[in-house]
Amino acid sequence: MQQPLGEQIRVRVDQDAPVFREKRGFREAWRQIKRDRFLYALAALPLLYFVIFRYLPMVGLIIAFQDYDPFLGIGAIFSMDNFVGVKHFRNFFDSIFFWNIVRNTVVISFYKLLFGFPLPIILALLINEVRVTLFQRTVQTISYLPHFFSMVVAAGIVRAMLTPQGGLLNQAIVAFGGEAQAFLTDPALFRSILVTMDVWQQAGWNSIIFLAAMATINPEMYEAAAMDGANRFQRMWYVTLPSISFAIVIILIFRIGGMLDAGFEQILLLYSPSVYSVSDIIDTYVYRAGLIGRQYSFGAAVGLFKSVLALILMYMANKVAHYLGQEGLW
Amino acid sequence: MKLSRGEKLFDWINILVLTIVTLFFLVPFLSVVSTSLVSGREYALRGLFILYPHRPVLNSYDMLLGQGSIVINAYFVTTARVIVGTALGLIFTFPLAYVLSKRRLYARVPITMFIFFTMLFHGGLIPNFVLIEKLGLLDSFWSMILPNLINPWWLLIMRNFMLAIPEELEEAAIMDGASPLVVLVRVYLPLSMPVIATIGLWYAVMHWNYWFDAAIYINDPKKLPLQLILRGILEYGTGQYSDYSGLAEMTELTDPPPAESLKAAMIVITTLPILMIYPFIQRYFVKGIMLGSIKG
Repeated sequence: MQQPLGEQIRVRVDQDAPVFREKRGFREAWRQIKRDRFLYALAALPLLYFVIFRYLPMVGLIIAFQDYDPFLGIGAIFSMDNFVGVKHFRNFFDSIFFWNIVRNTVVISFYKLLFGFPLPIILALLINEVRVTLFQRTVQTISYLPHFFSMVVAAGIVRAMLTPQGGLLNQAIVAFGGEAQAFLTDPALFRSILVTMDVWQQAGWNSIIFLAAMATINPEMYEAAAMDGANRFQRMWYVTLPSISFAIVIILIFRIGGMLDAGFEQILLLYSPSVYSVSDIIDTYVYRAGLIGRQYSFGAAVGLFKSVLALILMYMANKVAHYLGQEGLW
Repeated sequence: MKLSRGEKLFDWINILVLTIVTLFFLVPFLSVVSTSLVSGREYALRGLFILYPHRPVLNSYDMLLGQGSIVINAYFVTTARVIVGTALGLIFTFPLAYVLSKRRLYARVPITMFIFFTMLFHGGLIPNFVLIEKLGLLDSFWSMILPNLINPWWLLIMRNFMLAIPEELEEAAIMDGASPLVVLVRVYLPLSMPVIATIGLWYAVMHWNYWFDAAIYINDPKKLPLQLILRGILEYGTGQYSDYSGLAEMTELTDPPPAESLKAAMIVITTLPILMIYPFIQRYFVKGIMLGSIKG
């Protein structure tokens, strides 16, 4: 039962690597390449895409170790004249922003995990218990909807809800005798807004994988449990949950692995200087200091810091998955 | 099976809870739709209503979609982006997925690793920007297309689907004298239609919704896609686009819509195509989650 879902959660790279490898000499390799020249020709252009648009930017990361001048030609990137070593990294680690943006990144991710992870599971449990198919379908269809709004639309809807100029939430507050709040500029509320929006937009969608796992549970297990006198809660707790525990664990591990992505686009669309102190994350800092502030080398250095850390985290997540007997991402 | 009283109670409470949850997902969007229908007059009288306007009007839409408006222009840009981006995306993704699904292929695993690695490590924002700048793609339509040609994750899902197609089909076709190209077009292409349709839809929705590339690469308002016009209106109001005739006529309206209604209308305009094909999208996306699971 574990096999199929494990398959669904990740796309393995080597899932059908040959069990034994024949030793291939250069001649043999060349013969095979010639035989399949059509295939290589077919792959050439798409692979060129990866070289140019995925690998060249990685090469471009060397500007993190230079004082890159955008007005000089491409040659400047590969000359040693501008080489400054780890100056930009040192500046970053020493800057007053460093701890703040690292903390914000981790804290926002953590809160999103704390709420955004269990809620889809609970939602899936509830949906799974519904006996009226039409109602079940309707709930699912509506709960997936916000996932398909663009981030700009989703942020726009949140702004519309929260605006002091007649937003739904403020009207409700006023109707109950409270005072309208400027939610989006209040540092005490901003992170809660991010988390709530994240749940609103993704919880329904994220429940799908758990529902799929629940669909594979053998109905006889429920019958047996009912026979033994288990009520609905007990069946959820002792049958459904343990049956999907592997999905829960693997998804949790990889969400932790992706922790440094705290929601760049979302924050960029909603934040403002008055809430920078609680919402400025690594990505938004790279955008503002690096791109808008035109400190390309510095921005690249901060970006590289994040990319390397993210790679390590993912690597560890994968290791843990293997350790737990699950098939990881690779 | 007869339900006990406790069971029935459980069902009712569950339905009640899920109804509330569903409203949580739905009401924000519905309230935006109704805000978009409020007239200036009604706004002056009632403030922005809570759930529905008494006299819904389309003033906001008229204003945004007037002749020669920047919004209409952006609709064309986004449509072009979706069509070109999806077509090229599939033209690049399908052949590579096909190649990688050939088990006999020499160096198949290293090539797959080469692609897979890009899912784990990125150059990041700045080097990507520098690349686009050096390629001379700033302010170009292609800056939204080329960097997004292939989504490696979807590529591997497509490959996994094709791994499930029996190799004997290819052998049989070659026995019958088919060339490799004929095998691809006549045998694999038709059999892969389900995954091509699914991933094509994913590319289309991605291109319709994505905005950040245009935000950093494109300056010319005439070249901005819909999402960016929406963002501009949400954050700065319509004033910045007043050079574009369709929006300039605002002052000539007898009953100009309130700013919040304009913003809401713009949200609806931007989302409408997604909503119209939503049943379709939903089915294909949910199915797609399972697609990658088919094992060879």
